[in-house]
Amino acid sequence: MNLREQMNIVIVGHVDHGKSTVIGRLFADTNSLPDGKLESIKEYCKKNSKPFEYAFLLDTLKDEQSQGITIDTARSFLKTKKRDYIIIDAPGHIEFLKNMVTGASRAEAALLVIDAKEGIKENSKRHGHIVSMLGVNQVVVLVNKMDLVDYDERVFQNIRNEFTEFLWKINIKPVNFIPISAFCGDNVAEKSYRASWYNGPTVLEQLDGFANKKETRELPLRMPVQDIYKFTAQGDDRRIVAGTILSGSIRVGDEVVFLPSQKRSVIDSIESFHTVPKDIAYADEAIGVTLQTQIYIRPGELMVKANEKHSLISSRFKANVFWVGQAPLIKNKVYKLKMGTTKIGVKLIEIVNIIDAAELHIDTYKGQVERHDVSECIFETTKPIAFDLISEIEGTGRFVIVDNYEISGGGIIMKNVTSGDNTLIDHIQDREFLWEKSFISSAQRNGAYGHKSKFIVITSGNEGNEHVIEKIGKELEEVLFRMNYKTYYLGISSILSGLMSQDSFNYEDREEHIRQIGELARILTDSGQIMITSVFNLDDDEAEKLKLLNQPHEIIIVNIGESPFSSFKAYASISSDVAVNTVCEMLREQEIILEYYL
Amino acid sequence: MDHLDKLEAQSVYILREAYREFKNICMLWSIGKDSTVLLWLARKAFFGHVPIPLVHIDTHYKIPEMIEYRDELALKWKLTMIYGENKQAIQEKNTFPEGKVDRITCCQSLKSEALKKTLSGEWNRYIMDLNTGKYIPDTNRERYTGVIVGVRADEEGSRSKERTFSPRDKENDWDVGDQPPEFWNQYKTDFAPGTHIRIHPLLDWTELNIWEYIDRENIPITSLYFDQGDGKRYRSLGCYPCTTPVESTSKNISEIIHELKSGKFAHIAERSGRAQDKDDGGGLETLRKGGYM
Repeated sequence: MNLREQMNIVIVGHVDHGKSTVIGRLFADTNSLPDGKLESIKEYCKKNSKPFEYAFLLDTLKDEQSQGITIDTARSFLKTKKRDYIIIDAPGHIEFLKNMVTGASRAEAALLVIDAKEGIKENSKRHGHIVSMLGVNQVVVLVNKMDLVDYDERVFQNIRNEFTEFLWKINIKPVNFIPISAFCGDNVAEKSYRASWYNGPTVLEQLDGFANKKETRELPLRMPVQDIYKFTAQGDDRRIVAGTILSGSIRVGDEVVFLPSQKRSVIDSIESFHTVPKDIAYADEAIGVTLQTQIYIRPGELMVKANEKHSLISSRFKANVFWVGQAPLIKNKVYKLKMGTTKIGVKLIEIVNIIDAAELHIDTYKGQVERHDVSECIFETTKPIAFDLISEIEGTGRFVIVDNYEISGGGIIMKNVTSGDNTLIDHIQDREFLWEKSFISSAQRNGAYGHKSKFIVITSGNEGNEHVIEKIGKELEEVLFRMNYKTYYLGISSILSGLMSQDSFNYEDREEHIRQIGELARILTDSGQIMITSVFNLDDDEAEKLKLLNQPHEIIIVNIGESPFSSFKAYASISSDVAVNTVCEMLREQEIILEYYL
Repeated sequence: MDHLDKLEAQSVYILREAYREFKNICMLWSIGKDSTVLLWLARKAFFGHVPIPLVHIDTHYKIPEMIEYRDELALKWKLTMIYGENKQAIQEKNTFPEGKVDRITCCQSLKSEALKKTLSGEWNRYIMDLNTGKYIPDTNRERYTGVIVGVRADEEGSRSKERTFSPRDKENDWDVGDQPPEFWNQYKTDFAPGTHIRIHPLLDWTELNIWEYIDRENIPITSLYFDQGDGKRYRSLGCYPCTTPVESTSKNISEIIHELKSGKFAHIAERSGRAQDKDDGGGLETLRKGGYM
């Protein structure tokens, strides 16, 4: 079968500069409309005593037709000799900017329409800027309504010079400028004899001149883990790691690393349904893999190849964000960040500057990012995440921010920020500063109770050990209790392991619980007790957090069976049958409990 | 990758996002070619399995072959097959053309209303027992918060403005003036209690893409789409009082593809045989705002 190329094109520009008319004309002149469509719109205009406009072909919603504006992006389908196009018509009104973003972010090239008579307007520039932020690099400027300026070449050249200068500032090199009249049909599908001084391509020729998206298979592998499937129906025992490859390629036998957990394995097979079996897959394919070893990974991790350049791992980065939220982006509020298939809490730490998208003026005095602002900001995620700089790999260098259920902003990562500071350390310093000490010292308590305080965390990376570690925690509590020690087992690990399961993806609750456990441990250890808890599949970052939160008191993290950590060293790794005795032995060695009390 | 591979990969990504994000999710299966392609894409996404229940709204005016075909595939592919209906309207014959209602009202009652009450769990759902092939009342009455639908942007004006993940409020209303933004591959997967999301994995597919894909993958589709010897076939399937076959002698998929590419249908809209679209100025937009797919 002869399959054709397909390309998405977005049309942007200031309101009333004629975007929908350009598309309507393209369709009419290429004979791409269904029979009767043109006639029925003409009929509609006559009935409602409106002059016929090509824009009505696309502004199909009743509100749009009655108000004569485009509210939402419409996709329409156009064919040329070379390929098939999805033409995305973006609204020019500032209040519909989020709809314009929606249209532009899936485009490979943009047509930016400027009214020859009105000249360059605020949204001509704003759209240019946003299109470039969204990663659309091929931009052609259509200087429309040339009929209103008598096809005067000087008008065209002035716009061309002024706008080229603007585009250069935001790093766009426009592919071309075309003088057109969509209303009269000049240089859209047909060469204009009225603008005979112009020798370049028509809009239609220009479309076919756009290049398809660069293949990204030469870049290092990036595959966000979208989900982990184990469908047992009909005896299927495959455990499949599913995801779409954003860049690079993957082959059976490749060693892979999952970030940020750093867990490693080797690709055992590449899975697909109703295809010829394959042992290699490339960027843009939605695939699944099975691994040679059963490692515990979660959706949201990023699969990379061991022998290729890895992503950065950090909780701070500098990014350019474009904000479309109803409420402004403010500091000290936890938002949800979505990148690849990761979701994580994020806070705005610092506004470096706010760029007026239309005028490129820089405003450093605003304390918040308002709707339609483009801003350079520093963010901190609640845990380290894996990402790339936008200049290196696009798919893992961009993210959205969700505020109150709504996607409220999009961002691209410009720079990794390495800094020892983080807001948790600030919080603990504040907490300790404000903590009112009582008249009884820790030493007095130790003396009275006959033991020191300690926070004991039992964890495991073995699936199936969820309940084993709970049981060990409770038995340990019982043994210590019978020896007359002040001890307490905090039994909320089952909530946590529920939050960890694959059908739940609730990072917010998990983070909140870790924090609560840490804060509770700080209180109970301060009161002189031995606090015990079990947390299944604790990761490096969570272990560090518990340690920090429990300060100034001491913590022991004990691992049963397979370690869930990548670099964090558990105090001990022991097998489950001797766990209780071993921990007691450790406590004696550290002089937390004293031998003669036995 | 050719463009069918790309469309397939994108739809698979969307289906997997939907399956991960929504606990109570279902997929609407109208038995037509689009939602059958969607069903096939689910098998692609989930490696041969279909872990999402399929919901069919039975108006009891469907062309009989459609129901036979539905049940046959459900058994063969071991689907969780569910149907719902507007029992009262059907029993009281508040339908077109028997009752005193027009086409739009009939659609609103037999499809939109039935769909709304089936998704919410207020009305009975019937589930196929895969051992017997018979339908029994479904004990699960939970509201579906995610509904996967096979609409395409090229079908009709209001569908061309849809989002991939499109929120609906309690009344199933669609606020076309204020839709959420979609950046790159990030969709609206967070939603306030009481609202639900419609998911549209086929938005970027055209009618031609659908047929090319059916051809490439060899997807079984109902024979109503083919000329059975009388020079007529269905191009779009619905209820028999409101769906007329088109004059066409295409007997197989490649003849249909030829007809769409260069033949007599190259310039005729697909839904031209669907009468309810024409009843008022924006018939389908009116229907869709009230929950029609």
